[in-house]
Formats: sequence, C-alpha cells, structure tokens
Amino acid sequence: MVCAVSEQDGLRDLGAACRERWPQRVHAAYEAARRTWRLECRADALVDLASWLVAERGVSFAGLVVEEAPAEWVLRYLFYGDRDTGWVEIVARCRKPARAMPSISARVHAADWHEREAEDLFGLVFEGHPRLGDFVLHNDVWPEDVGVMRADYDPAVRRPRPEPDPAWQPVRLVEAPGAFWMPVGPIYSGVTESALFLLETVGEDVIRAFPRLFYKYRGIEKIAERRSVDQVLLLAERCAATSAFAHSLAFCQAVEAIAGVEVPARARALRIVLAELERLRHHVGAIEEICESTALAVAASQASILEEDLLRLSGSLTGHRYLFGLNVPGGLTHDLAQGAVRAAADGAAAVVPALRRLREMLGVSSSFVDRLEGIGTISRADALAHGLVGPVARASGVRRDLRVAQPYSGYESLDVLVPAEEDGDGYARLRVLFAEAEESARILAQQAAALPAGPVRAPAFPVAAGAALGWAEAPRGAAFHWVRIGADGLVARYRLVTPSFTNWHGFHLAAENFAFQDFPIILASFGLSAGEGDR
Amino acid sequence: MRGWVPAGLRTGVRTTRYPDAEETAPGVSPGLPRGGRAADGAGGALADRCPTGAIVTEDHGIAVDYRRCVHCFRCARGVPAPPDWQPGYEWAASVRGDAAQPLGPAFARSLRILVVDAGDCGACLREVKQLSGPYYNMHRLGFFVTPTPRSADILVVVGPVTAHMRSPLVQAYEAMPAPKRVVAVGACALSGGVFGPSFASAGGVAGVIPVDVMVPGNPPPPLAILHGLLVVTGRRPSAALRSPAAAPPPAPRAEGAP
Repeated sequence: MVCAVSEQDGLRDLGAACRERWPQRVHAAYEAARRTWRLECRADALVDLASWLVAERGVSFAGLVVEEAPAEWVLRYLFYGDRDTGWVEIVARCRKPARAMPSISARVHAADWHEREAEDLFGLVFEGHPRLGDFVLHNDVWPEDVGVMRADYDPAVRRPRPEPDPAWQPVRLVEAPGAFWMPVGPIYSGVTESALFLLETVGEDVIRAFPRLFYKYRGIEKIAERRSVDQVLLLAERCAATSAFAHSLAFCQAVEAIAGVEVPARARALRIVLAELERLRHHVGAIEEICESTALAVAASQASILEEDLLRLSGSLTGHRYLFGLNVPGGLTHDLAQGAVRAAADGAAAVVPALRRLREMLGVSSSFVDRLEGIGTISRADALAHGLVGPVARASGVRRDLRVAQPYSGYESLDVLVPAEEDGDGYARLRVLFAEAEESARILAQQAAALPAGPVRAPAFPVAAGAALGWAEAPRGAAFHWVRIGADGLVARYRLVTPSFTNWHGFHLAAENFAFQDFPIILASFGLSAGEGDR
Repeated sequence: MRGWVPAGLRTGVRTTRYPDAEETAPGVSPGLPRGGRAADGAGGALADRCPTGAIVTEDHGIAVDYRRCVHCFRCARGVPAPPDWQPGYEWAASVRGDAAQPLGPAFARSLRILVVDAGDCGACLREVKQLSGPYYNMHRLGFFVTPTPRSADILVVVGPVTAHMRSPLVQAYEAMPAPKRVVAVGACALSGGVFGPSFASAGGVAGVIPVDVMVPGNPPPPLAILHGLLVVTGRRPSAALRSPAAAPPPAPRAEGAP
C-alpha cells in the first residue's frame, strides 16, 4: 500500500495552531525534506505544548536529546507521527548557569526515564519530577553530581568511591507481616545478562518487582564523542549485537541524511533482506528463551537448533554470524551474490514450517500455555502511556511499527503485515513473536526474488557537518539514533534511544502481583536486552 | 505433552563431532586475519584501516593481535591486498604459562561453570548459551553451567568489565573455591574491544581478576569458546594470541573465506 504523502498532511495546521495557542512563546518551522516540524519553545510553554502534541495531535514520544553548548543547554524532544504526519521536534533552551527545566513526564509519561537519565548524566534538574538521582550511575560507584556527559567532565580526575551509608535501607512500600525485599542479581541463574531485580514479596507472592539496571553502562554516548563516523559505526553495531544490523542501519541513515546521500536501490533492498534475517533470528532466540523459562526442554532445544541454523546461514551469507561489518554510510561494504541471497532466503523459508510445528505443539501443551496466559499483562492504555514499542507493544494492541509508520530503506513500497494481539499477556507476546518471524521470512523471500541490479554503495562522499535522526524498527522495537557531526567531521553528539530502554520503563507494569516462579517467564516474555537498554 | 518426546527423537542428532573431529559446516566461524608478509606500503595501509590497532606492521609484513580484532572486516574488504584469512575456530590461548596447571583429572568429567556478564553487547552471551544447545552440547564433555560461585570451578567472563560490574565480578571470583580458573571470552573481555578502557569500563578482565585462558573473537563462535574450556582443562593445546608476520602459516583446517 503506497499512500500519497502530501506536504505536512495530518499536521498541516500545526504552525498556525501553535501561534494561536502560544503566541510569542512557540515558533514553528517546517522542514519539508525531513518531514519535520521544528517548534522552538520557551520553557514556560514546554509542558503544555508537549502534552498537547501527544494528547491532541496523536504523535508519540521518541526521545529526549540533550546537547551542551558553551552558553546554554539545548533540549530536543522528538516525536513521531504516522506515515502521513511525519515528525515533530520541540527545541527548548536553558541558559547557563541555570540548569532547571520543567518536567514533562507527569503529562508525557514516556519521557520519564529520559529525564531521569539527563538529570543523572548531565546534572540537569527537571522540576516537578518525583524521582531523580541514582539512575544510570549507581550511587555506590559514582559520586553524586559527577555529570559524566558534561563537556567539563574529566575522566582522568580520580574520584573516591562513595562510602556506603550505614543508615541506608530499602524503601519499605509494602507494610505487611513478613514482607521483605528479595534481590535477584546482578549475577543470577545461568547464562543471563547482568541486571538486578528487587522483588518485594511476602513469601510466594511478589507484590512488585523493581528492575535496577545500567550494570552494563558502557558510556557509549560519551565515548562516541570526538570519534570519527567510522569509529562510531562500530559502537552502533555493538551497542546490542543481537540487533547489530538494525542499529548500524539507523546510525548509517542518520549520517546519510546529514550528507544528503542517496543510497543505491540494490543496497536498500539488501538492507531489508538482512534486517529481516536478523529479526527472524532474534525472534527465534526470544522464543527459545520463553520455552526455556518454562523448563520445556525439548521445545527450547528445537528453537535453539533453528537459531543456530539461522546464525550459520547469516555466517555463510555475510561472513559474520551477527551481521557485523556490513552497513556503512552510503550502502553496504560489499555486494552479496544473487545465488547466496536466494539460498539464504530458502534457508530462512525452511525455518517457517518448523516454527509452525513448534507453535502448534506449544499451543496444545497445556502446562506451557497455562504458565504464559494471564502472566505479565500490560493493558493497551499503559502501553500507550509508557510509549512502549516493538512486539511488547503490539501484544498489547498497539500496532506501532516504524517500518509502516515512518518507512525507510524501501519499506515504503512493501506491504508489511504488522501482527497485533489484544490480550497483552505473556502468551500474546509469544504469538506476536511467531507471527512476526513468519512475516520476516516472507519479506525476505519477496525481496530476495526481486533484487535490483547495480552498485551497493554510493560514491565516496565527504562527511558533512550537521545533525539528523536515523531510525529503524529493530527486532525489539523502535531504535532512534540522533547524530550531530561537528565542523571537524567528528561526531559531536550521539544520542542512542533503544527499544530495550523504552520497554524496560514499562517492565514494572507486567511484574506486579505474581507468583515467584512466574518471574523468569515474565522476564523472558519481554525479551529485553540489558545491554541494549544500558548502552 | 506426549508429542515432545517423538518430536525430539525425530530431530536426530545434530551435535558437532568437535573435538573428536573438525567441524566443517559453513557459517560456524567468522575467521580471523592472519599475519604475514605484505607488499611495500600494503602492510601500513592495512594497519591504518584497523580501527582497534589489532594489525601492526612488522618485518616487511603485518602481525595481528587477536585480543583486539573485532571482526570489522575492514582489512578484508575494499583493499587491494587483504591479509590471509584463517577460517578456523581453535583460537583460545592459555596466558598464565606454568603458573596455572590444568585442573586435575578429578575435574575431567564434571566441571561447573559460572558465567558472568560484565557488560557484553549480548552476542558473546548468546554464543555461550549455544554451548548448552543441541548443536554444541557441552554437557557431553562434562561442562555444566551453575548459577552460584560456591560450586563453580571455572569463571567465564564476557564484556569489558563496566564500572558497575567490577565489584560483583570480584566478589563472584572470590566466592569461588580453589582451584579455580578464569576464561575471558571475547574481544571486549580481552582488550575492551571497541569500548576500550574508558571512564565507564576497565578495558578487559585481566586488569580486574587474574585470567587463565583468553578466547578471541567478537563474538567468539561457540566452537572457540568450547576450545577455551578444553584448553583450560588441558584437553586441547593452546593457540597463540598473536599471529606474527614471519611465522610459517599453519595448515588450513577448512575451506572458505569471508
């Protein structure tokens, strides 16, 4: 389905509406090439403007980008609409030495963690936010107010490790006889990513689970600064290697947008092939995790075989099992032979009947279905309020997918089926994973059968200064890479909004009032990556 | 539930024959560049393209430091004279020399492994996980994952050791009973990889706890990690972490290149 996209469409009157509502306080300008409304906004109009956009104009919060200029802080709130509405960017400024801005999270709840992160890493204060401090940087490792993302942060200065506060004790939320906190992590149970979960429990029943994340904080946004685009590409690829291709694609698209480079048709088509191969492989892995969490060993083994089949297929097609070293700004590093792509599509197609068999057998294994049904439920309203993305959102009835909402790299001309479920529980998430995996194999085959000829890389181009947003629907959901390249050709600011970061924010919704043994299942059904969220 | 057992049996045996025989299936390893002679200037050009400093010029050729290689393929693609590519997977190297003897015969058939994620990107962990799957099935070799350091003999560490994971890693290591061995898995755990030493990470495990065996790769394929476990128990010979310019190239073990 191809919609005719006329200029601005659904947000056509946005400039006039802003002028009328906030005269002199909001200045609107439309950039047609990027289909983006830029709203320069005074701080006193920020909260109203942001919540009006989300509530009345139906756009979704994508992320907050903080930039430090010598004399001021520039805060960029990014929103995405549908295919016919494009993007909205609110720009608010805070003159130094002031560092306080109004908090929008009470009205735009999806911005909650973005504000907490900016407070922790930049030392900005969001007035009215109920819960600031100790977030990305743990208070037992980093001194308060260290502000690692600030320009004046000097890592060479040795800072004493904070002394533990002897009076510290967990906040007691549940007042009940025998209630206690059960910490799970950061090292726990077999082969798992590092994260800590504080389970507030009265024994068998868990009242709430609070994830404490960022054990894997590698400071990717910080170490990307003043590196070359080629170097940052490696970081983008390795921020979450199980979705390496989607992330490197989003990053490359940002750089391509800055330089105004047209990617050749064959490269665009091959990028879809590889992105769908990655989604298929990721979803099979996620299904394997869910089977394993319910201790269904044969099913987990079957899924594990399919995952390894797809890893080997990726390895023989591209040289790397996790699709490293393929995306570059301007296209792909090298062409893939027609026969190899077709063989890969056949290999991926062969996985589909096996997946169907697995789904059917799981569907009639009552001991399995019982453990997923009604577990970790998220309502549609909650999913919308938290701005959840990816399979998690779609299982709660939020049919949100950047391949359709803001198509890129040739998805414009594809008819992507976005499966959705209404139940919002663990079983719904599993069904979405199965349906999406099958759809990925279908797109892959369709693309592989009709690859355009031609080069796979645009002619060499100079790195231009400027800023742009790149995005992609990664296997776990929407990924946004906002890049500014300075006059010296080096990356000046790299903002990385990952689907895991977005969805971890909503994890606590699913982890309320459950039996202790359901915890691994809830966790697995979310399919989140700590590395991707921590960055 | 009845269907699962026949379904499992129908699948047949998929397990690799390694270490009894070589694994030759395509796509099991990304391979590594090999050091060797290079035409005048070509070696320098390759070294310049290497983003992590894994390739250095030496004796009219190039040498490759496998602790740093991150499989970016920038030396292999789009250059006139790419280095030789070794397609194998037996990359693990013992790094403590005589200081650490292999674990004794008492461990030969039952070895417990604690896996600690010290900040990996997810790939190394996924490959470690494959070892428990049907294709690699490390249980047949006597390796089992344990969730607790108290019963662990081997500590497998992935990731560059972030500031937040330093203390949990040290505590886990100290909680393990002796004798114990540490296997660092992946370029990040060996050298920091693309994350390097930075304000937020230590740039490798060796600066935090003593490491016995290093497994190069970004991520190392499951067979390389399996080789690491076999090296730490003295059941396979160690490989070298550095491929010098002047060494005679070992016989190729499998066909294929990237």
